[in-house]
Amino acid sequence: MSPFATLLWRDIKLAARSGGSAALALSFFALVATLVPLGVGADLRLLARVAGGILWVAAILAALLSLDRLFQGDFEDGSLDLIALSPLPLELTSLAKIAAHWLSTGLPLTLLSPLLALLFNLAPGPTLILFVSLLVGTPAVSAVGAIGASLTLSLKRGGLILPLIILPLLSPAVIFGAGAVSLGLDGLPAANALGLLAAFAFAAVLLSPFAAAASVRLNLGG
Amino acid sequence: MNFDMSPYGAYIWPAYAISALALIGTTAWTLAAWRRAKARLEALEKPARGKP
Amino acid sequence: MNWLFRYANPHEFMRLSGMVLPFAAIGAALCVLAALYLGFSAPSDYQQGRTVLILYIHVPAAIMAMTVYGALAVCSLLSLVWRHPLSDTAARAAAPLGALFTALGLITGSLWGKPMWGTYWVWDARLTSFLLLLFLYFGYMALWNAIEDETRAARAAAILALVGAVNIPIIKFSVNWWNTLHQGESIMSGEVAPIFLAPLLLMMAGYGLLFLTLWMVRIRTAILERRARNLMQAGP
Repeated sequence: MSPFATLLWRDIKLAARSGGSAALALSFFALVATLVPLGVGADLRLLARVAGGILWVAAILAALLSLDRLFQGDFEDGSLDLIALSPLPLELTSLAKIAAHWLSTGLPLTLLSPLLALLFNLAPGPTLILFVSLLVGTPAVSAVGAIGASLTLSLKRGGLILPLIILPLLSPAVIFGAGAVSLGLDGLPAANALGLLAAFAFAAVLLSPFAAAASVRLNLGG
Repeated sequence: MNFDMSPYGAYIWPAYAISALALIGTTAWTLAAWRRAKARLEALEKPARGKP
Repeated sequence: MNWLFRYANPHEFMRLSGMVLPFAAIGAALCVLAALYLGFSAPSDYQQGRTVLILYIHVPAAIMAMTVYGALAVCSLLSLVWRHPLSDTAARAAAPLGALFTALGLITGSLWGKPMWGTYWVWDARLTSFLLLLFLYFGYMALWNAIEDETRAARAAAILALVGAVNIPIIKFSVNWWNTLHQGESIMSGEVAPIFLAPLLLMMAGYGLLFLTLWMVRIRTAILERRARNLMQAGP
């Protein structure tokens, strides 16, 4: 296996082992989707209108839960130093970690979303749009999240700053993702919104490994 | 000078008041921090009087 | 680039800023006072009536909010790429000022919006972007404070500032897009009846000079504080 694939597989296995980050993210996602109707009332038309936004925000928060450990675990036990010395460039290491994070949180969240959309009385058409938007957009969440995770990896209580740093940067994802669902609800074409979301995700996945690698280097440099 | 604000006075005066307070307050704070730093540095740069 | 590095020496900076400061400070005061005088003595016989007075302090605050972030980003770039020594200090010193201008922009914008639109908060494109900008400032300042090692904190903050700078146009674009999606054409800041330009320009100059004054004082303060710290570490 290539070094990239090795690292990717290793991180996925680690995520699965340490309390199952997918299970945690999915539970959190489902809980938020349960609490919001309890909070705003069971008016099905209202719920359908807010489903896109609520589920998008919930998905981002759920993905956030496991982000602070993205680099921290390896940093604390010294593995990150070794990984940095390996022939695999840190940029690709970061990309591998982003991919592992997405596979263990973003993707499961996307797969659960149609079920939760049901709780919100979202029609099949908009539900499909929601599914596609999460599929396309959650990689951006992992990518931008990796930047925050690498910047804060030396912090013990870094988990508190992480959301503050990355949530503003993720506002375009919420806007385009939930906006697409909103358009679908009104019977309007959502292709534009999904296209913008895809562009954002593409740029994020392409560029964030560089920022993350720079942050890892500065933290290892000491 | 025309100070007749009606009917918008309730919005104009608070806007100016908050801005003035914030900017003047920040200026005062900034100057105070400068004086503190200067005083501390001068105290440290005074020749040591041989205290243990 | 060499001329920039000439001022990288703290001594040089102290000397130069000491010379420039009085002019900047007095200039700021004069511009603001002149703007206030001109603004309040203008006749009020056009559509929006006296609410334009709020614009005289809203627009400069908003412009400074963005400009300061730009300055912060440039300093971060100088710090990361060219290792310019004073840039970290300058960037850190600018941030709270930028946050302040952003907050003022939000507050004055809200107070301008209430008589115009009926509510204190309207999710229009500009106010929403500014709210997000405020969070970007908070995150930047929080990162500086959280990391103990100063060198590391400086570089981490610089990376964050640059990531934020790249993101800001994207955020603005997406918020604009969102605004037209949900509210049609009602862009709050777009339709400004012809206002007298002089008070506005003078106030903008005043705010700009005030920022430069406060920025220089903050950098000077930081330099003195670092000298004091070094003396303390050197021991008795």
